[in-house]
Amino acid sequence: MQSNQPMARRQGHFAILARAALAEVEAVLADAPAIPPFTVLKQPETGTIMVEGRAGGGGRRFNLGEATMTRCAIRLEDGTLGFSYALGRDMAKARKAAVLDALLQNEPPEGPMHRAMHRLAEHQKQAREEASRKAAATKVEFFTMVRGEG
Amino acid sequence: MYVAVKGGEAAILATHDLLAEARRGDPAVPEIEVAQIREQLGLAVARVMNEGSLHDPDLAALALKQAQGDAIEAAFLIRAFRTTLPRFGSSVPVDTARMAIRRRISAAYKDLPGGQVLGPTYDYTHRLFDFALMDGESRPEAPQAAATLAQTMPRVPDILGAEGLMEPETPPQGDPAPFDLTRQPVSFPADRDVRLQAMARGDEGFLLGLGYSVQRGFGGNHPFAGEIRMGEVSVEFVPEELGFAVDLGEITLTECQMVNQFSGSKDVPPQFTRGYGLAFGHSERKAMSMALVDRALKAREFGEAADYPAQQDEFVLYHSDNVEAAGFVEHLKLPHYVDFQGELELIRRIRAEREARLAPEGTPIQEAAE
Repeated sequence: MQSNQPMARRQGHFAILARAALAEVEAVLADAPAIPPFTVLKQPETGTIMVEGRAGGGGRRFNLGEATMTRCAIRLEDGTLGFSYALGRDMAKARKAAVLDALLQNEPPEGPMHRAMHRLAEHQKQAREEASRKAAATKVEFFTMVRGEG
Repeated sequence: MYVAVKGGEAAILATHDLLAEARRGDPAVPEIEVAQIREQLGLAVARVMNEGSLHDPDLAALALKQAQGDAIEAAFLIRAFRTTLPRFGSSVPVDTARMAIRRRISAAYKDLPGGQVLGPTYDYTHRLFDFALMDGESRPEAPQAAATLAQTMPRVPDILGAEGLMEPETPPQGDPAPFDLTRQPVSFPADRDVRLQAMARGDEGFLLGLGYSVQRGFGGNHPFAGEIRMGEVSVEFVPEELGFAVDLGEITLTECQMVNQFSGSKDVPPQFTRGYGLAFGHSERKAMSMALVDRALKAREFGEAADYPAQQDEFVLYHSDNVEAAGFVEHLKLPHYVDFQGELELIRRIRAEREARLAPEGTPIQEAAE
């Protein structure tokens, strides 16, 4: 399990970056001491992914329809690979998120970019919770009318 | 016989310009922005994404703008664009049990775990005009409850399933990859995965009409809306180069689980049967209609007579795609001059022959006009 910790952290980063706007990705990159030189292995590319569902929610797989997604791959001079994958067609964001993926792998978890990622995650969590509290305000509270003699 | 005819280039170029002008409308009125369509006409955007079979709210909004709000024309634009994109692969099947719920109701259970969450719905509006919307500049603010909703809510059929009262829904042996009708030709009888994919991209109006026909007796099901849920679901993908699942972000989905009357046999005690609908965006009518027709199309599996259109997979699947249907209906606008000339000659000959047959002997026969 110990060995999976960096992978789980990286998965978390992918999820946060996929939900972030270009400006937010740039803001995290701004916390890097310096952006080292890198090679673009795969230019940002937009394609589709077939979104699968399951009949009844848990049964046989079926194709619901495609979604646009954009990916990019870069390599730092020390050989660290950085990738980005996100729904949508934002190529500028894809390139920056791939660089960030590589830089985050080389930064200790208490580093400035990790802290910025943490703030971004908090921000996203707050937005999710706000949506959930608004939905919760529309939750029906039933009450029973007692009629006649008990 | 085909006869090549040239001409019309200048007319076609002029129609492009005239179309652009018609699309723009009165230039004294500010032009609508794509972001405004995406944010303020979200239900139309969802419909275009479903019927265009591509999730991309910005593109669907652009399509609506370019098509002057014609949903089918917009879906056509989306389909055409999709063919220019490479496909990177398939997602991990989405898990709607982990949906971040914004709406979730059941017409079968009053008190169910997680509760009845009405969400943003027109169901309880009075359908009276809100003339304040004509003035613009509204900034409504929805109230917030003190606590968030439960992180996960059980799907209603799973509650019934735990008691053994619901037809089980489990992946077939080996959890095979689904059929893809965009890449393989469909044959009949069509399996459930093919039917669900076809309905997911099918015309909402067509499925609504078929679903309604089922309820009215042309298919024999009058189910309960076991559950309808709408909210955000993560889409995960396993890139080959990484070998682990990556979260690509969230999409809004609407899911409908219809609970229908019983099926059973010598070996299986009577159970409720299911109809399932799933759609991009907040698309409740679409998901409900799909769930009704999904159950009707199970007629063969349950040994029911398939007497009505909604129960016949070939009928439903061949006519649900509105881009195909519009193409064939609207191709009638294309020049058929030569075909029609042939028909004209035929009818004149038939009439001439008839006249010759009926004419008293000795009367001169008129020549058919050229």
